[in-house]
Amino acid sequence: MTERGIASILVVLLAVLPLAVNNQYVLFTLTSAGILIIAAMSLNLLLGYAGQLSLGHVAFFGIGAYVSALCSLGFEFYYGAESPLVVPSQPVWLALIWGIVVAGIFGWIIGKLAFRVRGAYFVILTIGFAQVSRMVALNWVSLTNGPMALNNIPPLSGWLPGYGVVPLSGRVENYYLVLAFGILAYWIISRIVHSRVGRALIALRENESLARSVGIKVTRYLVLATVVSAAMAGGAGAIYAHYVRVIDPDVFLFIYTVTMVIMVMTGGKGTLLGPVIGGLIFGIIPELLRHMVRPELQLILYGVAMILIVFFLPQGIVPALAKLGDRVRRKSKIGKTGVLKDSLTT
Amino acid sequence: MTVSTPTDLLEVSHVAVRFGGLVAIADMTFSVAPGKIVSLIGPNGAGKTTAFNVITGYLRPSAGRVLFKGRDLTQMSPPEIAELGVVRTFQRTSVFNACTVLESVVTALHLRGTTELLGAILRRASVVAEEQRLHSEAEELLDIAGLSHRADAVAGTLAYGEQRLLALAMALAAKPIMLLLDEPAAGLNPSETQKFMELIRNIRDRGVTVLLVEHDMHMVMSISDRIVVLNNGQMIAGGSPQEIQNNPEVIRAYLGEGLTNVKG
Amino acid sequence: MEQLLQHLLNAVVLGGTYALLGIGLTLIFGVMRVANFTHGELYTFGAYMAYALIGPLELNFFVGLAIAVMLGILLGIVIEFMLLRPLQKSDMDTTMLVTIGAWIALQNMELFGWGGVAKSVPHPFPTDPFVIGSVSVAPLRVFVVCVAMVLLVSFYLMINRTTFGIAMRATFQDPEVSSLMGVKINRMFTLTFAIGSGLAASAGALLAPVFVVVPMMGDLVTLKAFAVVILGGLGNIVGATIGGFVLGLAEELGAGYIDSGYRDAMGFILIIAVLLLRPQGLFAPRERTG
Repeated sequence: MTERGIASILVVLLAVLPLAVNNQYVLFTLTSAGILIIAAMSLNLLLGYAGQLSLGHVAFFGIGAYVSALCSLGFEFYYGAESPLVVPSQPVWLALIWGIVVAGIFGWIIGKLAFRVRGAYFVILTIGFAQVSRMVALNWVSLTNGPMALNNIPPLSGWLPGYGVVPLSGRVENYYLVLAFGILAYWIISRIVHSRVGRALIALRENESLARSVGIKVTRYLVLATVVSAAMAGGAGAIYAHYVRVIDPDVFLFIYTVTMVIMVMTGGKGTLLGPVIGGLIFGIIPELLRHMVRPELQLILYGVAMILIVFFLPQGIVPALAKLGDRVRRKSKIGKTGVLKDSLTT
Repeated sequence: MTVSTPTDLLEVSHVAVRFGGLVAIADMTFSVAPGKIVSLIGPNGAGKTTAFNVITGYLRPSAGRVLFKGRDLTQMSPPEIAELGVVRTFQRTSVFNACTVLESVVTALHLRGTTELLGAILRRASVVAEEQRLHSEAEELLDIAGLSHRADAVAGTLAYGEQRLLALAMALAAKPIMLLLDEPAAGLNPSETQKFMELIRNIRDRGVTVLLVEHDMHMVMSISDRIVVLNNGQMIAGGSPQEIQNNPEVIRAYLGEGLTNVKG
Repeated sequence: MEQLLQHLLNAVVLGGTYALLGIGLTLIFGVMRVANFTHGELYTFGAYMAYALIGPLELNFFVGLAIAVMLGILLGIVIEFMLLRPLQKSDMDTTMLVTIGAWIALQNMELFGWGGVAKSVPHPFPTDPFVIGSVSVAPLRVFVVCVAMVLLVSFYLMINRTTFGIAMRATFQDPEVSSLMGVKINRMFTLTFAIGSGLAASAGALLAPVFVVVPMMGDLVTLKAFAVVILGGLGNIVGATIGGFVLGLAEELGAGYIDSGYRDAMGFILIIAVLLLRPQGLFAPRERTG
């Protein structure tokens, strides 16, 4: 079955789920998982397709959350002049777009800085960026409220048949909202990776010198990928802010980045479905474990899972299953034609 | 030493490359006329691959100029140079391991496309048409390289000779005016080498100038229109295969290498 | 002026331990080509072991520190043997992911075992500071900086004077050639990782009585160690030593004159400055591209 086929079936299943299971807790779990899955998809564009590990991806998520929350609440910006710049409260959807744009701008800056040199430098720079973002959120109290958190963030609004435009604060509405955003994110990434731009990214992941020799401007495409990835993570953060409606500096915690990385690696980096499959697994398992084990133990398991995946399933679940499917298909083909293809060994 | 004429496509003049105290190229000057197959030969360490790296922008020379159609390449990056039509292959086999053969060539057709981020996301009719055009161009190139039957194979799984053909097809995809081949026949068996030579002639006859670095002297002598001989990072001779074969200085350089090899 | 002197003094204390951390990390990178994200956890481990031995187990302070460092070396050997040796042929991204996994697992094991409450390590030094003019320094800090200096000097002697050190530098230059010359790569890697881990653990054990011990302290330390390494140029030992002191100075001055809330952001700011101005590190000659 093609990736698109599986994705469509998954969408249908997720779409009818609230009709079958009208359980608030299940919907809450899936909605939270869905938001992280969108962030994981954005990470996959960098890690899986361009081959660059961002270990501070949560910074873009958190920036999107804070910017969108602040814009929708209105804020005062003290920049040294006598009177602060007063930004009145913006419509929520406009605020969300601001969250996406600002996160994208930070992605551009980080990309420009890091891709003069790559690999370990990029990892360190992104980790550092996330740490500093958290420090700013904690210390710039006049803007962010510091550890006291930003409260009463308005929910996203939408048009519902029979109600007109209303704030979407219910579990079911938010579930469908996140599902719609998830489909949009998947669709955008799918379009990008199956285009000239995506091919350029894959080329530089596979062999940078060769990519340059055929005229691919590597740095340009890496920066582009970072911008798109950061903007998308920012979007996920903005949705999160309007969903939970409280944001504190803990949105910048390293563990969220780790969760995204694990989702991508488990599902299969560089595949469209990978982050979704990995995301469903690592979005749901912790909820199941929550009542049984302490959070530290859960994180120990995350760390161990990362090591085990590198050792035993380096490609992730989706490619492993695809290979299995291939093998089965090929076996039946061999029965018919007697031709053995030689790519089994890879 | 060489008389460069205004019709020369590539002029390498007084190029020097030094790493710290180490001199890779002392003072290199040669030129390549359009429409020819020109081979760079010389003993190991003569600076052939270094010269390739300088011409294609992978290495910045310490001194000297590289003019292609009168434009200086030394301050440009490899992709910019490729855009001008100077395209290379690599000494070690170099393909996109995880991509299929067809995908690899479509990827290498990068310069033949124009789609950018927004176009990719919106995917209007023009973008779809471009994709189709690139795919059919890729199929043509695979046909030229004789790899059509392997279009769906994963590049990393190809046999060695096939990978070299794929690398050539990808270089052609960048629509070179001048093609630099770094030891294309290394590791090929005689019949594969024969096929490769025909392919290179075919490429020249399509109007592409070929600059070749190769150790297989039989291949060099039978295919080249002109040969440039390097030794210790300096050009010591240039001319037709016959002239080179009878040049005393060339013979001395190669004998000299033989002697040091015996000693070492 | 006095204030500046005080900051400089504090910077030397901090810088010494940062240099220990940076050298260990840069050594592992240079010899093994591994970006080691467990580095901060070895620091944390050293600190907790010092706490356990000197606190609840009531060992002599100096004996406790020494044993804590040895345990750190042991943990390093275990990590190298179990996680890195099987991946010797893998690329840097793969080993990096494994060390990141180990980092997360180790950190949460600390949290699981010790709980989140900060621990303080008792020490035998008088709490009254030495006062010279308007500058004062706690005797404990004097001890820390002296031990750090002794460790730095012994490390340099080892690298430059012993056969092992010379073999290690050869591996630094070119692993393939040195393995042809008979350097046993496996043993070299284990020893390198053990030394790097020992240096990190000793930094942790030394600073444990100065600050407090918490499970999450390794995060910042890993980041700072990398900042030091990037400052000095990846794989440059002298650079990492100087980089350690530069970071210590930047943090002291930043906290003193700009905003104490952003003390820990200084490493990041320095990284950015280096990336912008001298990507090859402050003290490295331009790298060969040939």
